[in-house]
Amino acid sequence: MKGKSKKVKGKSEEGKIFPFAFFLLPFSGWRRRLSPTGNTGDTIFRAVMFAAALFVLLIVIAMIAALASHSTLSIRQFGFGFLTSREWNPVKDQFGALAFIYGTVASSLIALLISVPLSLGIAIFLVEQAPHYLARPITFLIELLAAIPSVVYGLWGIFVLAPFLRVHVEPPLARWFGWLPLFQGPITGIGLLTGGIILAIMVTPIISAVVRDVLSAVPNTQREAALALGATKWETTLVVLVNGAPGIAGAVILGLGRAIGETMAVTMVIGNRPEISPSLFQPSYTLASVIANEFTEATADIYLSSLVELGLILFLVTFVVNAVARLLVWRVTRRTAGVGMAV
Amino acid sequence: MRTLSRTDRTRRAASGVMTMLTALCTFVAVGILLIILSYIAMRGLGALNLRFLVDTPRPVGEGGGIGNAIVGSAVLLLLSCVVGIPLGIATGVYLSEYGGGMFAGVVRFLVDTLTGIPSIVTGVFVYAVVVLRMKHFSAMAGGIALALIMIPIVARTTEEMIRLVPHSLREGALALGAPQWRVTLGVIIPAAASGIATGAMLAIARVSGETAPLLFTAFGSRFFPRNLNEPIASLTVQIYNYAISPYDEWHAQAWAATLVLMTLILSINILVRFLTRQKF
Repeated sequence: MKGKSKKVKGKSEEGKIFPFAFFLLPFSGWRRRLSPTGNTGDTIFRAVMFAAALFVLLIVIAMIAALASHSTLSIRQFGFGFLTSREWNPVKDQFGALAFIYGTVASSLIALLISVPLSLGIAIFLVEQAPHYLARPITFLIELLAAIPSVVYGLWGIFVLAPFLRVHVEPPLARWFGWLPLFQGPITGIGLLTGGIILAIMVTPIISAVVRDVLSAVPNTQREAALALGATKWETTLVVLVNGAPGIAGAVILGLGRAIGETMAVTMVIGNRPEISPSLFQPSYTLASVIANEFTEATADIYLSSLVELGLILFLVTFVVNAVARLLVWRVTRRTAGVGMAV
Repeated sequence: MRTLSRTDRTRRAASGVMTMLTALCTFVAVGILLIILSYIAMRGLGALNLRFLVDTPRPVGEGGGIGNAIVGSAVLLLLSCVVGIPLGIATGVYLSEYGGGMFAGVVRFLVDTLTGIPSIVTGVFVYAVVVLRMKHFSAMAGGIALALIMIPIVARTTEEMIRLVPHSLREGALALGAPQWRVTLGVIIPAAASGIATGAMLAIARVSGETAPLLFTAFGSRFFPRNLNEPIASLTVQIYNYAISPYDEWHAQAWAATLVLMTLILSINILVRFLTRQKF
């Protein structure tokens, strides 16, 4: 604290700053609005901070503009059919996104099916059940799971998880549930199921962190009331869950957003073939992984433009998904200050 | 003592079972973490030696190392910090100090949503805006892509940390006659400095593991970096390229490079944990 305040002292004389603020004079009407105190230093400081905030806004606008302008070629040529065509053929210059949309949705759904119950369990355990001395270190460990980079999950997925699934999980699934179209076809260990499981591991720490915030934001009076009425511990937890329901929904949607945009790990284990097959054992392809794989190979303009359009779709979808999720989480956590920064 | 009715016993049993199940969920997650970390440690240590850390990549069968990738990652991180941390902190300060209005509300919302935008999209954006204009891949473009990912993380933690500074401190400084900007720069920010630094460190840990936005901005290289206008190697892209290659030797090198990367990321996380524990 001391070191910093000393540094500031040097330029504290307002006279020294004022000459540099000459260019602000034409905006003196503005100045009053920007800085009600009428202090020149305040005006400059506020203007600089404002510029940074404006920069964030401009980045988002520039992102939309750049993605849209670089995909106009493909939007013009394929129109709405881009979303409904399953043909992706760089040789014939025919591009459609359906196979990637299917792969993205399917792998994200598998991920949520696994990670939502798991994350709810973790969050309930940490907030409602575990004693403090246990909850703190375990919270840290779960957070570490979120700190592992995507490419590392991918490496582990290729060399550990995929062989494990091929030998120990997929054969029994095929034997017992082979009559379902979900579990048919050759068993390779690389495919939709492996991609979904890796995604599940990756979004679990994110969903559980937000659910934890949501559950801690539920007022204690709810718990006390339920316990006073003779509810068991689990029944009390159910009351808390109902109270936090919108926030929990937000957490799940936030996890969905992450799963949709996750790139490296999925690319490494999902098999990367633009096919639509009901079987979980078959290779698939997601929006993010086709961009990662083919972007540097795309030589034709229309090819590159189609890939950028996939990026635009990804941007718009994750933007909406995240916006909805934030609003839902905020509805529950606004009661307590300082939460919502977990992710 | 009153004997419990049957429904009561079932209710208690259900409660016990559910408690066990939630504990099991936690156990599974922690177990997966430990399994992943132990695989990285075991497979990584096998291929790790001093030469590996300083050498450049070589063809299969000739060894080679990740020296240039380590330097490249450091350069990229430095670049992204120089751009991303000041902008992130300034945005956070704006949101906390002048954050009442409509504009600030919009920016806060965008910052939150930006953290959820897939990093590969950031890569496509930087490719369109920087790489296409310069006509070649470069370390500069990679640094910018990483900075764009950093800004929202730093901005959000800065805002939260400044919010935690007690109001009395601000009032005291204002009562002494200090103008608003001096209060912020000289009192509020120093008081929140350790929290802001924590946020910056977490952002560094996060982007040091990013691969997707580097694939077509920094691209990769087999040599030590000489200037910022050339493609540059990075640990993560190297790990990716080696992992999807067909050679066992390169697979082993990918594990060793992962061990190096994870050591960096885990030490930042543990350090942050240690620092915040003393503070709050």
